[in-house]
Order: sequence, then structure tokens, then C-alpha cells
Amino acid sequence: MLYLIQQEAGAVQEELYLMAQVVNGVEKSTWKTKVGLAQMLKGGVIMDVVTADQAKIAEEAGAVAVMALERVPADIRKQGGVARMSDPELVSKIKESVSIPVMAKARIGHIVEAQVLEALGIDYIDESEVLTPADDQFHIDKHQFKIPFVCGCRNLGEALRRIGEGAAMIRTKGEAGTGNVVEAVRHQRAVQGEIRRIQGMPVEELMTVAKELGAPYDLVLQIHETGKLPVVNFAAGGVATPADAALMMLLGSEGVFVGSGIFKSGDPFKRAKAIVQAVTHYQNPKIIAEVSKNLGEPMVGINISDIPEEQVLSKRGW
Amino acid sequence: MQQNKDKSQPKVGVLALQGAFIEHVHALRDLGVVAKEVRLPEDLTGLDGLIIPGGESTAIGKLMVRWDLIEPVKEMAAEGKAIWGTCAGMILLANDIGGLNQPLLGLMDIKVKRNAFGSQLDSFEADLDVPAFEKELTHQESTQDHPFRAVFIRAPLIEKVGPQAEELARISGVKETGPDFSEDERRQDTIVAARQANLLATAFHPELTPDRRFHQLFLKMAGDPR
Repeated sequence: MLYLIQQEAGAVQEELYLMAQVVNGVEKSTWKTKVGLAQMLKGGVIMDVVTADQAKIAEEAGAVAVMALERVPADIRKQGGVARMSDPELVSKIKESVSIPVMAKARIGHIVEAQVLEALGIDYIDESEVLTPADDQFHIDKHQFKIPFVCGCRNLGEALRRIGEGAAMIRTKGEAGTGNVVEAVRHQRAVQGEIRRIQGMPVEELMTVAKELGAPYDLVLQIHETGKLPVVNFAAGGVATPADAALMMLLGSEGVFVGSGIFKSGDPFKRAKAIVQAVTHYQNPKIIAEVSKNLGEPMVGINISDIPEEQVLSKRGW
Repeated sequence: MQQNKDKSQPKVGVLALQGAFIEHVHALRDLGVVAKEVRLPEDLTGLDGLIIPGGESTAIGKLMVRWDLIEPVKEMAAEGKAIWGTCAGMILLANDIGGLNQPLLGLMDIKVKRNAFGSQLDSFEADLDVPAFEKELTHQESTQDHPFRAVFIRAPLIEKVGPQAEELARISGVKETGPDFSEDERRQDTIVAARQANLLATAFHPELTPDRRFHQLFLKMAGDPR
């Protein structure tokens, strides 16, 4: 609680500095509005798109937001090289083509890429391990920004470190661009399991848990009291089918990112629509069966054990 | 939980296709009402009221069409059942959204502008005066005579309230910092909440703050005797 108050105070201070005039207690870009947008995305699907046309298809299929990219993770994986922030021109074009929120990725620790994306007036930044990290020790101080951030995690400690740095939304890392959901499942189960463990612990054990997890103590205490993350928690990384998406919801995800899984499949529009329906009705297997029929070829999957150690994206992040 | 067994309490549903529906369920629980999550037409049976939550109005609208919920919700409204839309829900209730092509219920005589304040960077909180609280909520509920702290997220606004509807709250000064407003618009107040008989619309998110006065007002519209 104390932690949240501090964050709000920080946001208020920043706002007073940015606004010459405060009328009716108007405050922009508060912690509540940052977390609040993610709350509005819940129960929805955020889709990777690389063109304005794909963005329109995603919106038409019922996406709640799009992630504007130059290359989807499957292509980044295939082509190799350094993956950077997308061309601002592309991001702006995608922004103009849809009415739903637009997100874009900045490299881990790349403060200036994040500043550039904020200057474009998009809605959310993903400080993402899918791009090549710009800093191999530190992430961005996300409290310094008016725009909210989403960050990936493999476990609760990583989630709480990112929230401590100011992430207003969390997602699993999974293993992007593989079409293999096993890592996302592992990461969501890790987060949920650690939350349950902390909830059941006596208070005197929490400092040691915070030390073990490498997580801020205030946030561990908050998890103990509330039994949930203080921000919205999505699934990402390897989701390829409606059933994959519904599985992630069943495991406690509040929504789903789908990257390569849609536009690397045989019939993107149909598959996108089916994944949207499956997320809404994840507790209803009959509906999932119905929407999963005749979707055409899914993206080709990769077994995690076939990926060379240095190409495992989820290991990026500190 | 127990209180809900009382037959005098309204049965309220929250449309749970996408968005911040669980926050509304929790807000109603604070007031002793167990809300039903609505995903399919049969979930509407026996309800006295329905909340359409915040989320993405395009996504919610498409899901309502896909699962045949548009007509049954219109019928509910015609039967005089209370319906409240917050943010995306307000867009769905409006009969005019400036010609944008997306599915709507179109029940309320209001003209709504989507994403009216700009991008997420222009999302904000502000204090609202809501005269209806003083008049319509019982003393105990409205003793908080402080303004209502409202959270606006990529919010719509009400450009025009038609003759059938009434304005409930407006806000001034926000457009000062918005990007795309003319001088005239900047000087004008902005309408952010309206009502039309059994229908309620708010551009902001009362489910994200602990103040329950809008939920109390809605429960009254749905027949809560308290």
C-alpha cells in the first residue's frame, strides 16, 4: 500500500511539474490511469502487426490493441542480427489506421527508444526481450515516463522487479516466435505458484522471500495481503491456437498477446477472430471447439530444446 | 452473499465479454449485491439491470454481435430494465458516435465522441460535482458531499445530450491541455455523464475508485429499495 502511495505521489509531482495549471484537480498520466488502461484490455487479445493493413485486420477481428512491429518474433528469430525499435514512420502509420490502443517495443534499457515512442503519442511501450537488449544490466526507470509500460517475466521476482521500476502491466515472456506455449505455461504457473506460497506465509518469513526472489519487500508484502499482482497480468510468447489462449486464461492470465501466431498462420483473420472468442469463453470448451474448426494451417512450431542456448529470448532481462 | 437472498434486492448482471468487468462485480459486492457475469443471451434471464463495462468498444461490440446479445439487451431496455454503460459501455449505448462504423446498441439520445481527449498520454483523473447524488441518494449514502474522483482512460465525451436524455455531470478545464481542440471547444464544458429514464452513461470509470455513489445510483435505477 505504502508503495502505491509513493508511486502516486511520484506521478502527482511529475504532473504538477508538467502542467502549469491544475483545474478541478485534473491530473494526467497518474498511476491509476496507467494501470487502468491495462485493466480495460483484460479479457482481450493484443496482436502483433507489421503493417497498417494487418492492424485493420486485427481490429476487425476484435483485437483490444495492436503491437506495432517491423518484424514478428518468428522472423526476428529466423533472420537473426540486432532487433531494434521499429521505424517511427511505421508506428505512426499503424496508429493512424486504427481506433484501438497501439503499443510498440523498445529494447531493454534503451531509454531513448522509449522516449521516441512516447513522443509518437502511442498508448503503451513494451520493454521487450524480443528485441536485442541495449543494456545487459539495467532496465528503464519507467516511473520517469508519462506513457505506461508492459514488461515480460518468467517468475514472480522478475515481475515484481519490473513493477518496482514502474511497469504498469506484466506479461509472461514465454518463448516468442516459437508457436510453442510451454514456456508461457511455465512462467504463468511460476508466478501464480509463488503468489499462493507468499499468501500462505507468516509475515516474518517475507523479508527472506523478498531476498530470495530479488523482489522489493513492499511488493512482496502487498502480494501477501492481496493474493494478486498489483497490475494486470497477460500471457505472451508461443500462443498459436484458440486452445492455447484459453489455456493461458485458465492458468490465471487476464488476457493474451499473440505475436507470430496470427499473421504467420494460413488464415490470419479467421484465426485472430477465433482466438478472441476463445479468450472470452475460455471456460466454455464447447465454444472453443466450435471456433477452432477449419482455421487452416497454424504457424509451424519450434521445440524449445532445438533452440541454441544463446538464442533463447526469455533469458534476456535482469 | 446472504443479503442477495433478499428478494427485494435487484438482480444485476455485468457484461463479461471483455474489459474491466470484474471491477464492477467487486464494486457491487461491496454494496452487498452478487452480480452475474453475462457472456451469452441466456445469462440475461431474470436480471433487473445490466452494466456494460469499460474495455474496447469495438471488441465488445463485435463480441455482442457474434454471441447474439444486441437484440436481447435492447429488449431489456425496452422492458424498462436499468442499463449502465461506463466508457466503452457508454459508446455502445449512444445512438450517434459521429458516423464511425462499429456495432452499437444505440439506445440513448446522446452524441458521443470516441477517444475524445487524445491518446493514453491524455488520460486523466478529475473531480466531478454530481448534483443527482444530493437529490437522489439517501442521506447516509450522500454524506460524502465531496466531489466524485473520476478516472478517464482514453475516454469518450458526450458532445450533445438530446431532448430525451439529461446531463448528470460535466467537467471544465480538461481540454486546456488536449491536442486537437479549437478555441471555442476549449472554453466549453464537457459533458461526461448522462441519463435517460432507465439508462445511465458515464465516460469515466467509477469501478476503478472506492467511491460507490454511481453504483448506488444505478442500483436504485434497477429497483433497489434501500
